[in-house]
Amino acid sequence: MTTIDTNTEAAEMPERDPNAVSITINGRTVEAQKGDLIIAAADAADEFIPRFCYHPRMSPVGMCRQCLVEVEGPRGPMMVVSCMTPVAEGQIVRTDTPQVKRAQEGMIELLLANHPLDCPVCDKGGECPLQDQAFSHGAGESRFVEEKRHYEKPIAISELVFLDRERCILCDRCTRFADEVAGDPLISFTQRGNNTQVMTFPDEPFASYFSGNVVQICPVGALTAQPYRFKARPWDLEQRESTCTTCSVGCRTVVQSSRDELLRYQGVDSDPVNWGWLCDRGRFNFQSVNSEDRLESPQVKSGDSFETTSWSAALDTISRTIRHATPGSVAILGGARGTNEDAFMWAQLADAMGVTMRDAQLDDGLPASIFNYSQATIDAACKAATVILLAPDLKEELPVLHIRLRDAAEKKKIRIIEISACETGLTKHAWRSVRAESGTSVTAVQQLMADPVVAAQIASGSVVVVAGRANLAEGAEHTMAAVDAVIAAVPTASVLPALRRGNVRGALTLGLAPQNGNDAVSILEASANGHVECLILLGADPMNDVADADLARRGIAGARFVVAIDTFLTQSAAHADIVLPASAYGEKDGTTMNLEGRVTNVVQKITPRGTSRADWMIAAELGFLLGHDTDVTTLADVQKLMAKKVAGFGTTTTAVAVKRDGVVVSIPTPTRTAFAAPTIAARNSYEFRVDVSRKLYDRAVGTITSPALVNLAPGASVTIHPLDLERVGAAEGANVRVSNNHSSIVLPVRSNEKVPRGTAVVPFNQPGADIRELVRHGDSVVDVRIESM
Amino acid sequence: MARLTEENVRLAREIIGRYPKPRSATIPLLHLAQEQDGHITNDAMAHIGELVGATSAEVYGTASFYEMFKFEPVGKYLINICGTMSCALMGGEELMHHAESRLGIHMGGTTSDGLFTLEKAECQAACTEAPCLQVNYRYRYRVTSENFDTLIDQLQAGELNSEIPAHGTVASVRQHIPADRGVGAVAPEDVTEGPAWLDGKAAL
Ligand code: SF4
Ligand code: SF4
Ligand code: FES
Ligand code: FES
Repeated sequence: MTTIDTNTEAAEMPERDPNAVSITINGRTVEAQKGDLIIAAADAADEFIPRFCYHPRMSPVGMCRQCLVEVEGPRGPMMVVSCMTPVAEGQIVRTDTPQVKRAQEGMIELLLANHPLDCPVCDKGGECPLQDQAFSHGAGESRFVEEKRHYEKPIAISELVFLDRERCILCDRCTRFADEVAGDPLISFTQRGNNTQVMTFPDEPFASYFSGNVVQICPVGALTAQPYRFKARPWDLEQRESTCTTCSVGCRTVVQSSRDELLRYQGVDSDPVNWGWLCDRGRFNFQSVNSEDRLESPQVKSGDSFETTSWSAALDTISRTIRHATPGSVAILGGARGTNEDAFMWAQLADAMGVTMRDAQLDDGLPASIFNYSQATIDAACKAATVILLAPDLKEELPVLHIRLRDAAEKKKIRIIEISACETGLTKHAWRSVRAESGTSVTAVQQLMADPVVAAQIASGSVVVVAGRANLAEGAEHTMAAVDAVIAAVPTASVLPALRRGNVRGALTLGLAPQNGNDAVSILEASANGHVECLILLGADPMNDVADADLARRGIAGARFVVAIDTFLTQSAAHADIVLPASAYGEKDGTTMNLEGRVTNVVQKITPRGTSRADWMIAAELGFLLGHDTDVTTLADVQKLMAKKVAGFGTTTTAVAVKRDGVVVSIPTPTRTAFAAPTIAARNSYEFRVDVSRKLYDRAVGTITSPALVNLAPGASVTIHPLDLERVGAAEGANVRVSNNHSSIVLPVRSNEKVPRGTAVVPFNQPGADIRELVRHGDSVVDVRIESM
Repeated sequence: MARLTEENVRLAREIIGRYPKPRSATIPLLHLAQEQDGHITNDAMAHIGELVGATSAEVYGTASFYEMFKFEPVGKYLINICGTMSCALMGGEELMHHAESRLGIHMGGTTSDGLFTLEKAECQAACTEAPCLQVNYRYRYRVTSENFDTLIDQLQAGELNSEIPAHGTVASVRQHIPADRGVGAVAPEDVTEGPAWLDGKAAL
């Protein structure tokens, strides 16, 4: 049985809500909620009040005074700032009297006195709240004849964001965002007074993962983003609403293009998901779609290089290879990059061909059985009494989920209990944060649960466990067992899976989950042993992404025939026998599923590169050639078939088409089967236990092919506690040898007192020496020796 | 340049302890930094940020509001001559001209020996004693050209050292608040009762 949570806003509302307040705006009676601001109530009633500083997702500051309105008071009408004044029963508000108009015109005139009015050369011109409201609420004329301010233009306040100070109207949106929302108050008003300006600390850039948002919310052209500066005029842009699939948060966006080239993504406010925010990686990696290095046509290996071939020849070779392969020797890895339709069609083909070797993950997440627990949404986590984090640093992996949880913790709506090897971005906001080195999280959970204060907290209300793979040098079984230990103690707790890849949940749900525990590791192992005759890489790059580098190499080398379907010639694709160009994000329509199981749409905005095709088309065509025709020719056909065949997808496709917030597909929860806790690996003679965790910017293909992002990766290094550094006897920044019985690499060493003694933190997939050489999937933890050189 | 010295870090911690929220100590700590170095260095601001749990940008944002915090080195003696109405009427302008020629610098400049910086100031609230000036925020009233020359002579000779410390020293006597008088690490909204030392003595 399948249930669909359609998220309908409370439709049935019996008697009058005790919090309801009724006010009159311009003679019309309007219902609002106690605590609402007048400006919000007016918005809800479609009465526009001009504003610059007010932003519904940030606290009001009353900075710009543009939102003045008249409210009837005991001594007659008085002017109030509508963004700071809450509604009250019987309040009479007027937004259109001559008095209000005079005030609004006056404010605009004052703002424009200091404003350069260089609209013709300003990126914001055409979509600028100041321009628009000067037109709609200004006097049309200025009495200011003096010389305007001049500043050096522009200053780069980070690698991505530029500031033209003379345009700034000091609305405090960017600085408020940095502090309140991103939690990175690296910009501030300085020289307050007549010369107030937004500025960073000297030589300390606004290096926030969320910096692009300030460009979007700046009500003038003071802040611009390097990737979009002078690229287009707003009236030349076409846009369609879509969903970011860079990670599995699934932030709502608009995809904007001009002349068939993607030029910008902007955040769209989806209440259950991203509240309008995007992270910089998701915002700026559109550049990757435009990259010159994209694959444009099918390639066939000839000798050591590739030759361009036709689709028919390529597909013909593949189908012949598959037809002649021993039954059960075809494997499919990947599928988490594409749409639900892509994953579904490949799963259908896999079923038809009897392929049992398939996995959408590359040993970099958690087993799909994580979906067997009762599932939580982001909103449920942000409303829970207690949120238990058994997850990677969300700021690095699922940035906007980090923003949502941080907000809930800051507003004291939730209490966070964090169990992690090192401090994370949420540690400061946690109610309890305990350090558990790799391999000991189960014990840490049990100890925590035994603490009466923690037990009382957990008993105080709902509990949500955010579960993900924190350490790629630690077997997933440790996280699973820790999650299980929580559920054993709190059976009513629900789980929010923090798997990272864009559509990993969709791919696993739609049939690309491993069968009989035959996961990526065992598939690659089988391949290394010569049991895979055709390995299909569906946007998967095991050589780059599987933590055990040796296994990935052996697996790819051992496969008799490798087909790579990808947007770029990745490291693994370079070893393929045939490479098929795939259409990228923004080049195909479909749906995607975020980490909550929420299905939303993704859209095509530009023409697919070269002759590239959507993955689902390739599956359909290959199926036809192999005698498994699905009779599918359009995306609508795929969606119809999907609705018929997959539990929970019955009504989503039509619902998705009309709703911004999508539909949470909830698949019924099988009963939990107890999970055997792995034995805790004892320390051997190597003194450091390794924590391999991701940074937002790494060598992910979408990042390295985006010029704005490629240089933001911090690079490979090993970080240990300062006292450990002393013991190792190396200087900060010096090269050290990191080794274990498998291999040895050289990395620059750093110290940080937040890293526990005996732990060595190495970021994953960074430019520089590769820690994966020391990781073997059979070892459930990785211990190393660090020596100065 | 300079972060706070070990001794000043100890003082800083004592000052932070006086406030329920460490950030409240930002301005006293900026004074401490200015006392140490004569002006406020970037390193000191970063250090203060670490101590009070703010980013350097936030410390800078606060510090840069205040005219009396200097971000560039100033002379050992900062002389602020009042240029507002009363003083201007009573000869403030002439005094400034005289000061400029005596020290050989323009307003805003610093002598090459690093001893004096001249600044024009707004009303110093000593209008009845116009024209007036301040040396490191210590007053001199009804200043004539001759008084000014004497003042400079005395400062150069080190005769006023006990009265006028080097720039940055707010007071030569340090404020000391016994630990039990501080509220401690309790957020203001969580304080429900009067402090113990008040002990029944009505405060208001
Ligand atoms: S830069 Fe833009 S967002 Fe920031 S204060 Fe100025 S006008 Fe507002
Ligand atoms: S948090 Fe994830 S989904 Fe949201 S913008 Fe960033 S990468 Fe995209
Ligand atoms: S919008 Fe109300 S003061 Fe700015
Ligand atoms: S005018 Fe000089 S002190 Fe007031």
